[in-house]
Amino acid sequence: MKKIVSPITKSGLSKLKCGEEVLFTGTVYTARDAAHKKLTELIAKGKKTPFDLKNTIIYYAGPTPQRPDGTFGSCGPTTASRMDKFTPPLLAKGLAAMIGKGKRSVEVAGYIKKYGAVYFLAAGGAGAYLAKKIVSATLLAFGELGPEAIYRLKVENFPLIVGIDSSGNDVYQ
Amino acid sequence: MRKIDVTKVSDAISRLCIKANLNLRSDIERALRRALKKEVKPLAKRILRVLLENAKIAERDRRPLCQDTGIVSVYLRVGQNIQFVGGELKKAVERGVRKGYEKGILRKSVVKSPLIRINTSTNTPPVIYTDIVRGDRLKITVVPKGFGSENKSAIKMFGPTATEKDIASFIVDVVKKAGPDACPPYILGIGIGGTFDKAASLAKKALLVPLDRHNIKKHLRNLEKIILKEANALGIGPLGLGGKTTCLGANILEYPTHIAGLPVAVNVGCHITRNASCIV
Repeated sequence: MKKIVSPITKSGLSKLKCGEEVLFTGTVYTARDAAHKKLTELIAKGKKTPFDLKNTIIYYAGPTPQRPDGTFGSCGPTTASRMDKFTPPLLAKGLAAMIGKGKRSVEVAGYIKKYGAVYFLAAGGAGAYLAKKIVSATLLAFGELGPEAIYRLKVENFPLIVGIDSSGNDVYQ
Repeated sequence: MRKIDVTKVSDAISRLCIKANLNLRSDIERALRRALKKEVKPLAKRILRVLLENAKIAERDRRPLCQDTGIVSVYLRVGQNIQFVGGELKKAVERGVRKGYEKGILRKSVVKSPLIRINTSTNTPPVIYTDIVRGDRLKITVVPKGFGSENKSAIKMFGPTATEKDIASFIVDVVKKAGPDACPPYILGIGIGGTFDKAASLAKKALLVPLDRHNIKKHLRNLEKIILKEANALGIGPLGLGGKTTCLGANILEYPTHIAGLPVAVNVGCHITRNASCIV
């Protein structure tokens, strides 16, 4: 299986084809509904986001709380389509990839193509299995949102399937 | 009168919250194994193996099966000869959920107001249902439900002359609309009859019925078979990436209804649909 590592580049991502299975090692940032709302509000106001979106990967996930050793018990993907309405401004800021589960809108697939980004699928409902691939987790921003806060995760051999490739091909179409 | 201290109820609910979130239902595990044998597509097989591995890891390492540990419904089947002592029953139920979610390091996913959306940080309040029955026993069932699948659930108020074909077609359409989003292979809880709200609550209750238990009502058993066959013919498959297994099971519960209507509710459950029960 193909392995990809941080730092990722859009030219590297452009080699991935829809339906391809890959193992990712590197950094991802968790963000789901409430964090997306905040991120896009900051962008709209011209303010700095808590992390530079350029060439980063956002993982649509709200993990179970950190355990005493700092790791998560369970951390799988949430439904990606809920983030569709927030996605275009993040892509415009250089976001390179997203990890989630389920379909994206035709509009988002178009933006993914426009910016040469990628949408990855992770195994929905396999949070225990996926949490074992997370090496470390650091609370980065919006701690007040609880499970919806932004965490910086280091992952190792995190299993992904290319859902929408940088040419806009969609595995579900 | 049999006296039950409400602290006992709290403790039981706390344990059940953890148990339900960490242990895959054995009937679902069996259904996943059966599906693995039936699937021919390599990717579908690999995904089903990951789901079985996920259950193994969750049980062995005491990790929640899914990070969405849900909003909790608590069903209390109360024998009418019970007298609860030591405090208010409703508060004890809430305390049990709070304790279970804290102790089990489970995700707190409940917001106080659907519009203002501030997390209560305790995963309370739960949704509580009580049923009064004969005897002096208390049966507690805890159902944590994630919203990936809850969001795909639907209800339709059919007219009284709707056919079984109409009903099946509505339910299969719900599955089609859920597509890959709600963690297939799905489990369908279907409630037919009663009132608008009764149909919905029956649908949730139907999710608790073990997948390998045959419906004792023949007309419902036949309808379940038709729905299952048609839903699986959609080819959505594990994680929506294609395959023979779109639904692991469909269970129907019915209730008498009004001459003018035929409510049908379908509660979509994911491949780790959870619940746990005990008797106090």
